[in-house]
Amino acid sequence: MFNMTAPLTAPAYDVTAIRQDFPILSKPLPNGARLVYLDNGATAQKPRQVIAKVVECLENYTSNVHRGIHALGDRVTTEMEAARETVRTFLGAAETEEIVFTSGTTMSINLVAHAWGRKFLQAGDEIVLNEMEHHANFVPWQQVALERGAILKFIPLTADGRLDLTALDDVLSDRTKLVAVTGLSNVLGTVNPIQEITAKAHARGALVLVDGAQSVPHMATDVRALDIDFLAFSGHKIYGPTGIGILYGKRRVLESMNPFLCGGNMIRRVRKESSEFADLPSRFEAGTLPITEAIGLGAAIDYVQSLGLDAIAAHEDALMRQAYSQLAQIPGLRIVGPGPDARGAIVSFTVEGVHPHDMAELLDRKGVAVRAGHHCTMPLHDWLKVPATTRASFAAYNTPAEVDALCEAIRYARKVFRLS
Amino acid sequence: MSDDLYDEHILDHFESPYHKGRLEHPTIAHEDKNPLCGDEVHLELLVDEQNRVKEAWFDGHGCAISQAAASILTQQIEGKSIDELKEFTAPQMLDLLKVRLTASRQKCGLLSFKILKTMIYTLDEGKSKS
Ligand SMILES: Cc1ncc(COP(=O)(O)O)c(C=O)c1O
Repeated sequence: MFNMTAPLTAPAYDVTAIRQDFPILSKPLPNGARLVYLDNGATAQKPRQVIAKVVECLENYTSNVHRGIHALGDRVTTEMEAARETVRTFLGAAETEEIVFTSGTTMSINLVAHAWGRKFLQAGDEIVLNEMEHHANFVPWQQVALERGAILKFIPLTADGRLDLTALDDVLSDRTKLVAVTGLSNVLGTVNPIQEITAKAHARGALVLVDGAQSVPHMATDVRALDIDFLAFSGHKIYGPTGIGILYGKRRVLESMNPFLCGGNMIRRVRKESSEFADLPSRFEAGTLPITEAIGLGAAIDYVQSLGLDAIAAHEDALMRQAYSQLAQIPGLRIVGPGPDARGAIVSFTVEGVHPHDMAELLDRKGVAVRAGHHCTMPLHDWLKVPATTRASFAAYNTPAEVDALCEAIRYARKVFRLS
Repeated sequence: MSDDLYDEHILDHFESPYHKGRLEHPTIAHEDKNPLCGDEVHLELLVDEQNRVKEAWFDGHGCAISQAAASILTQQIEGKSIDELKEFTAPQMLDLLKVRLTASRQKCGLLSFKILKTMIYTLDEGKSKS
């Protein structure tokens, strides 16, 4: 008969089973230690579903897209366009044409800075940034502003590292053309209120670009509900291959822009003296795309959706809260950024007496992989008044035991430095 | 050579550095950064009439390797002539640290050495101009 003690449904989130999807997690490190991978903010590990898709593509239908009138060309084009459609539904975008394949977040943002910024920015126009941005969402704007005579303005940060939105009305003006903001800070872990920002920016006639490199893999991002004009993210941080990324842009905005790179695929008609550009999204996809990687990204998003992005987010939130409270108990350790309620699955910190680089090296001995340095956010580290921090960033496959291992390894590092 | 990066030798220099501070009237001073870790070292030399390093001091902050290396360097180069220091090589500097460094940490271990080499070059430049 029925076993009444057994749960009626399978456990919602089975991290043990998820770990088995990632071959690297069961391989010992060169020093024999077990890998505790907490550098997911830099890049995520790849599940066998993605690896298998990439191999399937390479072994069975390697060919160029939109070109060969042959069976392989048809197949690879179908697969790549299916991946584009997967990205569209994942982001809640209205049209597949609004999904542009790029090489990553950096390329997506540079594409907008060049193809939109150089065309539309005039001297005296304003671009709104803030000090927590990654260099990828900072330097392109700084450089195009210098070139066009535009002005950079900054949303101030609160003492705990959130955007001070009470100041936003003063920072925005009728000259504001763009607000560029990260969905989730790669150092502070701060989750930014995108909806409020797009509402206020649009009221002033400005566009909003969201750097989704850290947010898209870890929290639902509906570009229409949030009314985002441009969204950039990278495949490799969402369990997909390197070399592929996405630029989402509203059709109306993308259509107003000229191409960034020129060459094959992005033209409709070329004459000796002039060219007609292709329709979206090809207009922004000059040259042969990272086809295999795009197909791999489709598989990665399918994988995330099979686990459920909300379930992943809830799992990561619990790990972050555990880490936040356990780390706070270590003597001399200071966490940067806001409390757990305003934070995604990233915790960066400093430890009195142990430089972040030494910390990372000592954690590595215990198999704990973290990142140390300025994390491509030098203006933020100037604001924090520290040269570097150590960052632990969590993903779908991390466990509470790994948070314990992190804390234990930090205590070991303090011991090596004769601090306890 | 120790395989332990954080052996006593390094930690002792990190905790109690030799000549950490600044000179009142250095003959030459120079500083540099390692953008990878954010290490910073400022190096000052007092060079006497015989072209010998009378005193060497450093200031800075950063990882244990970069700061211990700066301390070891100041201790080693005092009393040496500028000509002798021209012969001083990067492998010799790494030997002085007595620990094996990975490629990325060699940048930390060689930061103060790089600053010293720049200073010697600048001293020579100054001389050839005057
Ligand atoms: C917030 C943020 N923006 C942009 C990037 C750049 O991403 P990629 O190097 O994949 O272009 C990163 C990753 O390092 C990031 O964390």
